[in-house]
Amino acid sequence: MAHPIRFWLIALLLVGPLAQGAVLPDDRADVFYSTYKGGGMDITGKSVLVRKKFAETFSVQGEYFVDTVSGASIDVLSNASTIHDERKQKTLSLDYIRGKTAYSASYSNSKESDYVSDNWHVGISQDMFGDLTTVTLGYTRGFDTVSARSGNTISKMGQVDRRSYDLGLSQIFTRNLIGSVMLEVITDEGFLNNPYRFVRYADPTDARGWNTQPETYPNTRTSTAVTAKARYYLWYRAAASASYRYFSDTWGIRGNTVELGYTHPLGNRWIIEGRVRLYRQNAASFYSDLFSRRDAFNFLARDKDLAAGQNISFGAKVTYAFLPDGWKMFRRGTVTLDLSRIQFRYDDFRDIKAYGVANGYTAGTEPLYRFHANVMQVYASMFF
Amino acid sequence: MNTRSLARLCALLTLLAAAGCSSIKPWVKPYERDRMADPIMSWDRDAISSQFLDHVYESREGSRGATGNTGGGCGCN
Repeated sequence: MAHPIRFWLIALLLVGPLAQGAVLPDDRADVFYSTYKGGGMDITGKSVLVRKKFAETFSVQGEYFVDTVSGASIDVLSNASTIHDERKQKTLSLDYIRGKTAYSASYSNSKESDYVSDNWHVGISQDMFGDLTTVTLGYTRGFDTVSARSGNTISKMGQVDRRSYDLGLSQIFTRNLIGSVMLEVITDEGFLNNPYRFVRYADPTDARGWNTQPETYPNTRTSTAVTAKARYYLWYRAAASASYRYFSDTWGIRGNTVELGYTHPLGNRWIIEGRVRLYRQNAASFYSDLFSRRDAFNFLARDKDLAAGQNISFGAKVTYAFLPDGWKMFRRGTVTLDLSRIQFRYDDFRDIKAYGVANGYTAGTEPLYRFHANVMQVYASMFF
Repeated sequence: MNTRSLARLCALLTLLAAAGCSSIKPWVKPYERDRMADPIMSWDRDAISSQFLDHVYESREGSRGATGNTGGGCGCN
């Protein structure tokens, strides 16, 4: 299809002036700290975000995020040493509104010692039908450079060219109910392997009963995801939400995500939230925990992210307004604590690190892998 | 005109027709939208937090996209 996004952007630009208000997000500044512990990984994140409006029609947002990673997930650890790395991400976003049309553009750069990613995004949203309906369109272009590190040597492995198209519709149904649907198609081309991961295959000549060879992925992937969600205002001033996402891709993965949430304010200082999220997927068509022989197929993967499995998350969030009525130039100030616990279970990914022949497990009979992760976020936000 | 061009023309006409209907009377009046304006009804009160959580999941699941956030980078070993 020749430049489909160009057609849609031109279409909305034409429609924009015919319809009549988009609203820019609030001015705010956030200082953010996060930890992720689980599955052999220990990740600490720090971030600063500032958003400022100019002349009520133009808004700029800048964000700087630093992730420090130590450890490595089990499928990497089974073949490689522990990883210590740092990821720095810089994002600049611009928003402009004209009538009921909002235009947005952003650029983000993410850099690790072995992975660099640049992403450009443009989007447009249009309010219509008396502002009850909002249509959004977006296009993102990404360029990644993938490298592999061995000791102090970093070798370039390849590049990824990514395009993403998204289309959204948000609708106010009643005084209390709002819903939305979003479609996103992402297509990648290039080096899509993780250079640190290996697959294993049955090898009777090896004492373990198996041996390893590097993963081989297709060099293209196209995925489609559709999310439908709804939010309902309850009569005693609280909100209930539900969302569902269906995912499918050309690697044969089908995923389903369901999330339910509840938000409850207490006076004008506290907001508490609870959520539960369920996720399930089947395996990629070229995934196997144990291939029957070396070079069994053209494409080979043993990445647990491509295995069949499921996870369930429980989350709680508490926001406290220490400046509920503002102070000087600040309209409001809040601090938030968000805790999540995620339990991962795999249907066809076995724990070959903790179990093996020495413990009485032959190849392919090791217990299935499972782990849990604890995620904490704490951040302060000033609205002005 | 091939089928694809026809489909695009139909879509464009639908959009134009929809824009032309923007003056229809909304069934939820502007003065009835106080609940929608309440922060607890926001899809995404804190973008900094939702982007982080999306990255946590996207780095560990086969699924991706349609979350409303544009990501970047890996950090997924």
